[in-house]
Amino acid sequence: MSPALSAIFLLLVIPVCFIVVYSFWLRSPSGADIPAFQLGNYAKFFEDFFYPRILIRTIRISFETVILCVFMGYIPAYFFYRSESRYKQVFLLLIMLPFWVSFIIRTMSWINIMGDSGLINHFLLKIGLIQSPISMLYNEFTVLMGLIMYLLPFMVLNIYVSLEGIDKSLLEAARCMGCTEWQAFREVTLPLSLPGVSAGCLLVFVLTAGTYLPPMILGGPGNEMIANLIFKRIVGTLDWPYGSAISVILLSLLFVIVWTYNRYLGINQIFKNLQGN
Amino acid sequence: MIRIYTVLVYVFLFAPIVVVIVLAFNPKQFGIFPMEGVSFRWFIKLAQNEAIIDAFKNSLVLGSLTAVLSTAIGILAALAFIRFAFPGKNTLNTLLLSPIMIPEVVLGVALLLFLRFLQQPKSFVLLLIGHVVLTLPYVLLIVQARLVGIKKEYEEAAKSLGANAFQTFREVTLPLLLPAILAGALFSFTISFDDITATLFWATAQNQTVPVKIFSMLRNSISPEINALGAVMIVLTIATPLLAGYLSRKFSKIKT
Repeated sequence: MSPALSAIFLLLVIPVCFIVVYSFWLRSPSGADIPAFQLGNYAKFFEDFFYPRILIRTIRISFETVILCVFMGYIPAYFFYRSESRYKQVFLLLIMLPFWVSFIIRTMSWINIMGDSGLINHFLLKIGLIQSPISMLYNEFTVLMGLIMYLLPFMVLNIYVSLEGIDKSLLEAARCMGCTEWQAFREVTLPLSLPGVSAGCLLVFVLTAGTYLPPMILGGPGNEMIANLIFKRIVGTLDWPYGSAISVILLSLLFVIVWTYNRYLGINQIFKNLQGN
Repeated sequence: MIRIYTVLVYVFLFAPIVVVIVLAFNPKQFGIFPMEGVSFRWFIKLAQNEAIIDAFKNSLVLGSLTAVLSTAIGILAALAFIRFAFPGKNTLNTLLLSPIMIPEVVLGVALLLFLRFLQQPKSFVLLLIGHVVLTLPYVLLIVQARLVGIKKEYEEAAKSLGANAFQTFREVTLPLLLPAILAGALFSFTISFDDITATLFWATAQNQTVPVKIFSMLRNSISPEINALGAVMIVLTIATPLLAGYLSRKFSKIKT
């Protein structure tokens, strides 16, 4: 018990406090960090539109990913729920399989598919639909593709777990009372599965907002997200105080979202759903 | 309709993985498609690349140590949370699970800052500690879920028959917990083996892992060599859990 606690305390709580403390420090022109208490790093972030635009883009892309994941994820989850097939377990296992495949490999592989000599261009050229390759990479669309591929399984599993929890006799009751299948879905299944949908949404949002790799590999210069900015400041220019300040801004954004969610919907559902997996 | 849609989603999820494996056998040097036959050229080249072999060794050692440490800590924490009541338990539980919710970038910066404060250089130990922090929540979730299902009465029976706390744990709780422990260890190995974002912050030139190596190779452009390396990684990370599942089933059959 205590080793786990002290480990987490020493390695998580204290370091995160360090970020907050560092974010108020000054950076001397020679690159040394000077202990101070000033808001200059935060002022720098909101000085002009450059940095806030990246923050807003991060939030926008996170919402887009959430919405696309709901639409792409609900139907397969519903399919598993209704399926009587013996292979149902196999299907479920398959949807979890990408979890086991390295993130960077799955991300970079979109270059194989959408690159200039990639699968799609090769196919279109072959059937003669186009004369020269279309360039499809390095824009927001490809970043979204990478993100969805990474996060969709989380959404599907969350929705599936809450669908499985629905008492099937409720559906039968609805059908007995004369509901059509569509009505029964709309009035019974859908509302009862919403806790899973919202848990999935929160998870996907939080994971997207902190994402580094897809914009790095599949995005262009105009698709940077906030994590890329942090990485550049810390590892690139070694500007620790400013990098810390941006990290604090990202953390606060996530904290507000998680707090609001917890206030109205309860966060424990998410951990329960994760355990269900 | 629903069936077709589901199939499409599967195609979307698996296309990148399948394409990597197929292209790993592409003999040509530049460009991606079309395939120009099947060859093991790039696998052979990989096996001769010492930097990549080293990265593989690093990844394996790191993953194994992470699995051992984080499972050990995870079991202790899970036992405390499920079996004992103490003030502030819920807050603590949320705290222990919070690395799932904290972006890896922030974790990366946090640990680096801490190291800077202690005036220590980046090292393998940092990487190991970081990976334990990353994987601990998952171990905790898995072990807790299983522990809830083990009846307290078994442990009480052992105790009333004269076993001390440690004996009870060793003879009753541990064997019942074993599947969850194995699952947790396996999970943390894979997470550690595959992790890229936080590792980019922590790794040095001496202790690069395979994903970090792939990342730096991608700087130039995608190449058949990267695809071959990717294929090896995919086979490894998928085969390990399948093999473990198979072995555990075999062992449990022998016992009964």
